Amino acid sequence: MTTHNKSIFDEMTAPDGKVRPLYNAFDQWLANVSHGQLTQKSREAELLFRRVGITFNVYGEDAGAERLIPFDVIPRILAAAEWQRLSDGAIQRVRALNMFLHDLYHGQEIIKAGIVPASILTNNGYRPEMQGVDVPGNIYAHIAGIDIVRTGENQFYVLEDNLRTPSGVSYMLEDRKMMMRLFPDLFRRYSVAPVEHYPQVLLNNLRAVAHPGVQDPTVVLMTPGAYNSAYFEHAFLAQQMGIELVEGQDLFVRDNAVFMRTTEGPKRVDVIYRRIDDDFIDPLAFRADSMLGVPGLVSVYRNGGVTLANAIGTGVADDKATYTYVPEMVRFYLGEEPILSNVPTYKLELEDDRKYVLEHLAELVVKEVQGSGGYGMLVGPSSSKEQIEEFRKRIKANPGNYIAQPTLALSTCPTLVEKGIAPRHVDLRPFVLSGKTVTLVPGALCRVALTEGSLVVNSSQGGGTKDTWVLNEFQYGMQSGLNSDSQQQVQA
Amino acid sequence: MLSRTADHLYWMARYIERAENMARVLDVTYRMSLVPHAAHSEEDLWMLPVRIVDDVEGFERDYGAYNATNVMRYMALDERNASSIFEALASARENARSVRVAMSSEMWESVNSLWLELQQRVRNGLNEGDYSEFCEWVKSRSHLFRGVTVGTMLRDDGYKFVRLGTFIERADNTARLLDAKYQQLSGSKNVGEDQVDSSEDYYEWSSLLRSVSAMEAYQKVFRDTIDARKVAELLVLRDDMPRSLHTCLDEISPILEKICADRGMECMRQAGELHAKLHFGRMNVIADNGLHEFLQDFIILNNNLGVEIQKTFLNAPR
Repeated sequence: MTTHNKSIFDEMTAPDGKVRPLYNAFDQWLANVSHGQLTQKSREAELLFRRVGITFNVYGEDAGAERLIPFDVIPRILAAAEWQRLSDGAIQRVRALNMFLHDLYHGQEIIKAGIVPASILTNNGYRPEMQGVDVPGNIYAHIAGIDIVRTGENQFYVLEDNLRTPSGVSYMLEDRKMMMRLFPDLFRRYSVAPVEHYPQVLLNNLRAVAHPGVQDPTVVLMTPGAYNSAYFEHAFLAQQMGIELVEGQDLFVRDNAVFMRTTEGPKRVDVIYRRIDDDFIDPLAFRADSMLGVPGLVSVYRNGGVTLANAIGTGVADDKATYTYVPEMVRFYLGEEPILSNVPTYKLELEDDRKYVLEHLAELVVKEVQGSGGYGMLVGPSSSKEQIEEFRKRIKANPGNYIAQPTLALSTCPTLVEKGIAPRHVDLRPFVLSGKTVTLVPGALCRVALTEGSLVVNSSQGGGTKDTWVLNEFQYGMQSGLNSDSQQQVQA
Repeated sequence: MLSRTADHLYWMARYIERAENMARVLDVTYRMSLVPHAAHSEEDLWMLPVRIVDDVEGFERDYGAYNATNVMRYMALDERNASSIFEALASARENARSVRVAMSSEMWESVNSLWLELQQRVRNGLNEGDYSEFCEWVKSRSHLFRGVTVGTMLRDDGYKFVRLGTFIERADNTARLLDAKYQQLSGSKNVGEDQVDSSEDYYEWSSLLRSVSAMEAYQKVFRDTIDARKVAELLVLRDDMPRSLHTCLDEISPILEKICADRGMECMRQAGELHAKLHFGRMNVIADNGLHEFLQDFIILNNNLGVEIQKTFLNAPR
């Protein structure tokens, strides 16, 4: 497939070649900016990001190297009404998913009702250690990243729910800061909803999930360390929230409580926002070879001595096989119709589905149920015959490990590339925060596949990011006649 | 604050200070090498920086001959040499990276851009024409970092550990430099028994003073010709000379008093003991008993103090 395909929805330009109203003011602005100026600004951004050290570490080849995630200077713009729908849909989903996790680790009503098969209990992400454990507020996924793609004017699909340790929110915040620095004049033309309060909302929610009775809870952010790919984000969020950034070695367990080692002696910790996977969090409970965890942490957690965000065992709900049941969960727990749709998904453990998928591999996207980061997936239309045959073997060997979906025509957004401005495929990851309330700030991580025609937006696979603008209502569409000064007054 | 955070801040400051001092030593050594001198062979001259870091063995194994090219390469940019400026700055940056949350963003950017620029310099290579400029650059970046620290960092415990690291390292480096230079200069002569009488000695002593930015200070304080004993007095006992041992301990003691509270009494005792030696010491007594012995003793006690700080605060036990 190519990006010139008329059937692909472009965020800025309608099929008839006209600029959508939302992008009118941007288009006018762009007309007065040369490619050279944009490239210059783009270089400036890269320099600033590098100086501040906003980098991620790459695994595998060239391990340990620090790279920048490419930043694109053209924003993705969403109308207030579009955002409202995405926001409502994402919140609805996360509410249902939290109820599902609580149910699964308690009465398992959804299995009894025959909606989710009991085989889900054999899923790798299911943690029997959590069975019967009560967590504050019955919240499991305190931070959820919901990946959403668009295929048409009103067609949005949830691609994935990330409920373990979703990352990328620092780019939402840093990209905005960068855009305001590079193009202050653009922010005079558009009234863009602010996102900078995200860390405060997060901190308030984390405080709210301390165990009852804890006065003035101590919250820490736990990172695997400076070599983790998302370390910058861990440090950034800890700094923004004003909390300690701890590693496993900084914590220890005593008397059914978790303490951190400080220069003034041990200090009790009440809530751990952990950015380390279940497997590595406690060598006594899970992987014994983990050097990153805290021995005994899980036992304290189960006894209510500390809160973990996200909870242990959320992986069972963001697995790609469980994903197919989420719309049913919304109906079952909330009695509502899902606002956002799932992508139709074939489960390869089912014989009919498998037969169909194996016959249509060249048209489909196949994913590992536990995979993430764009690893272990096959994008049929852009793969070679050899790659497809290789995947066929892997599917046949372990069909339950895979799902398949039609190749979606992800929407494109204009993006600065070497030759000028060209459409590139994008997705969207808003972050839903659950604590005292379930909310999200009006913004998201927007990832863009920088290679022409590519549908893989993951940063580990050469994707970049864009700032996402959610416009305040009645701000767009009335730009053309106004000069920027009078517009300031409109905004005020 | 987290012990690990304090540990990284402390060592970040130590490594930057270490890099600066090595740059100072290399710079004056290079300048000395441009002055015709009969008293020392090129080998003697260039052995000094290597002796200061106690690494004669490693150098001779990897490089052999002591000359400007070899020593500059080894001490400035050699990644295999743990004592090189490159390694010191790499370690400073690694420490900073682990705790960037604990410092001001200006501090982090200062360390990070220092590191990025250093890598560029490594790629460009270091030629003889660049020696002085390189050393000046390291010094000025270290000044910048310290200035940014003082100017932007919250006066919390983190700040205290940064300052502790700076002065423990500086005391160690000044003592080592003075000791090495004295041994080289006096040879069999005893400090104080001779006035500086030859022009060669003048250049030797003045280069030592310049390496610790003390030349002007010497002239302001003593208004006299350069005298070996006065040089020692300036760098050991004077409390108004920013790189002297006494000044370092003047900084260290009150910081320890603030962070110790009821713990770490041994740290305070050791710092107090060291401080007293400098505060109440007299140069003629020190010289009579041997400056070399005094400095060796100081280096060991200062090191012990560092170990005690490490044990009490930085590797905090349960």
